[in-house]
Amino acid sequence: MKRRNIIEKIWDQHLIHQEDGKPDLLYIDLHLVHEVTSPQAFEGLRMNHRTVRRPDRTFATVDHNVPTSENRETKDAISKIQIETLQKNCKAFGIELADIYSPHQGIVHVIGPELGLTQPGKTIVCGDSHTSTHGAFGAIAFGIGTSEVEHVLATQTLWQKRPKTMQIKVNGNLGIGVGAKDLILAIIAKYGISVGTGHIVEYTGEAIHNLSMEERMTVCNMSIEAGAKAGLISPDQTTVNYLRGRRFAPKGAAFDQAAQNWLALASDDGAEYDRTLEIDASEIQPQVTWGTNPSMGASINDLVPDPESFDDEEKRQAARKAIAYMDLKPGTPIHAIPIDVVFIGSCTNSRIGDLRQAAEVVRGNHVHEGVRALIVPGSYQTKKQAEAEGLDQIFKEAGFEWREPGCSMCLAMNDDIVPVGKRCASTSNRNFEGRQGTGSRTHLVSPAMAAAAAIQGHFADIREFTAIH
Amino acid sequence: MHPFKTFEGRVCPLDRTNVDTDQIIPKQFLKRVERKGFGSCLFYNWRFDEKGNKKKDFVLNKPEYAQSSILVARDNFGCGSSREHAPWALQDYGFRVIIAPSFADIFYNNCQKNGILAIRLDSPRVDELIRRGATEALALTVDLEQQKLSAPNFAEHFEIDPYQKEVLLKGLDEIAMTLTYEDEIVAYEKQHEAVVH
Ligand code: SF4
Repeated sequence: MKRRNIIEKIWDQHLIHQEDGKPDLLYIDLHLVHEVTSPQAFEGLRMNHRTVRRPDRTFATVDHNVPTSENRETKDAISKIQIETLQKNCKAFGIELADIYSPHQGIVHVIGPELGLTQPGKTIVCGDSHTSTHGAFGAIAFGIGTSEVEHVLATQTLWQKRPKTMQIKVNGNLGIGVGAKDLILAIIAKYGISVGTGHIVEYTGEAIHNLSMEERMTVCNMSIEAGAKAGLISPDQTTVNYLRGRRFAPKGAAFDQAAQNWLALASDDGAEYDRTLEIDASEIQPQVTWGTNPSMGASINDLVPDPESFDDEEKRQAARKAIAYMDLKPGTPIHAIPIDVVFIGSCTNSRIGDLRQAAEVVRGNHVHEGVRALIVPGSYQTKKQAEAEGLDQIFKEAGFEWREPGCSMCLAMNDDIVPVGKRCASTSNRNFEGRQGTGSRTHLVSPAMAAAAAIQGHFADIREFTAIH
Repeated sequence: MHPFKTFEGRVCPLDRTNVDTDQIIPKQFLKRVERKGFGSCLFYNWRFDEKGNKKKDFVLNKPEYAQSSILVARDNFGCGSSREHAPWALQDYGFRVIIAPSFADIFYNNCQKNGILAIRLDSPRVDELIRRGATEALALTVDLEQQKLSAPNFAEHFEIDPYQKEVLLKGLDEIAMTLTYEDEIVAYEKQHEAVVH
């Protein structure tokens, strides 16, 4: 039999209909819904007298525009309507909603795995591009637009052209102080933001195998920033261990059976891909982005590049624009860039492991004068866990704000906004112009690097920082 | 969805690569629960300054492009988020056709679902359109049936997936079409129910 990779295996398992000249009709196992990209889809259902085909395969939460203040009061009237619209829609169509006061509320890509909804072998969609996060479990998970949200609600299927497959093989191991965020930023810096277009990526290799589930989510989360449709990692024992005992995971003997099926999904030895890229993990340094897309990144010990040093005019032009927007000077050491705001959160880096790493750096130190630093846990469960471990105390004593879960300053749809012209060290995934607030300037980093920047008031090499403090 | 057959319009050159959806429609405008009314927010941070005044040098604000309906930009147009508000805003503003050497996948799909024709064209040809669009009142005719673009001294064939072409040409309601496969969906569910949660 042909040796297949995991992408082909899952795709083939979900085929409902195949016909020449048409995309494949794929079954969707899990549909995650949030307040921003769903109202028009539910409205479309109503207009056409349609209903939700499988409410039991649909799960909703509010995350994008919810306030992260303690009282969780939405001051903005339009945001409020959006949240209430989701509440009404979930009620009307029988969909479970992790509402704002629910113990399960959180960023959709944090709670899916946490609740065990995300499982190997599933097809998972959500009206959000970072749905690729769920691929960490060995699922085909991708973001869709609102029309497709409506299509999935009505039919539990999608027409999808079979994507090409790509392997990104990460050889060797990451050095001390270098984490999953540095790895994925380095991959994007090396290969660019459109290398994955039209592909689903499988991350393989020793360094990937050694990552925890949470770190794998960080890597898969940013697949979309490399342009990929989705990114995934073959399930192994780490995956199985993570899922055991979670609310929606199978129980007892059914779990053991499921675990066997999951492990069998892993790519066959010698499976082929349309394209394979390789990177050496041991060469990767802590990363900081200097520009306005995630590929404009550098190692902590590099300098802000000179736009004229790029090899083609398009890149030179893009770099000039980016450096002007970011108000940087070519040749400035990256670690010398001063910081006004630090945001630790988002579906890339707001899980318990991320918070532990940040707390380790923060312990016994204090946020630099003039810096505003926020920690926004990805979910209530994460927040509770962190509090049980006393992490909140470490952060608060150091001068960090300890907030309620949500997307928050990742896209600044609520009140958590980086002011005009201010510079933010952020653990999120996008450094686009204005992403964190009109005129805001974003530098993407790992949680440990963000924590160190909060304390120093400028970037610092986390490896030296830990040695000194 | 309106069927798309042939279309003639004025070219607006947007000489930028990697135009992301946060630029096409910034997040502060994503809070509406309707599909309409996003046109005024299109490229907001490029069109308006902090006080809400029009930035004169941005191409969409130049009077000669006020009526343009074909947007031409560079590589990787529409990268970033999955927000369908991006094509809604483009459409509401008046664009029916977007031409670029390449598009981000989700954005490309979202266009088609809304009856916007996204056309991939070789970089040199896009370059030509951008240069000419910047210096002359360039009207372009788009014939989807024939997959042809034409203008004075310009003729080019373009590729499009046959399925996407059909959906656009007929203005198909995709959900209605999918529901004709109901039997197959039910059969699939029966067969697989045991394995998934
Ligand atoms: S945290 Fe940011 S990237 Fe993730 S889902 Fe929310 S807004 Fe999107």
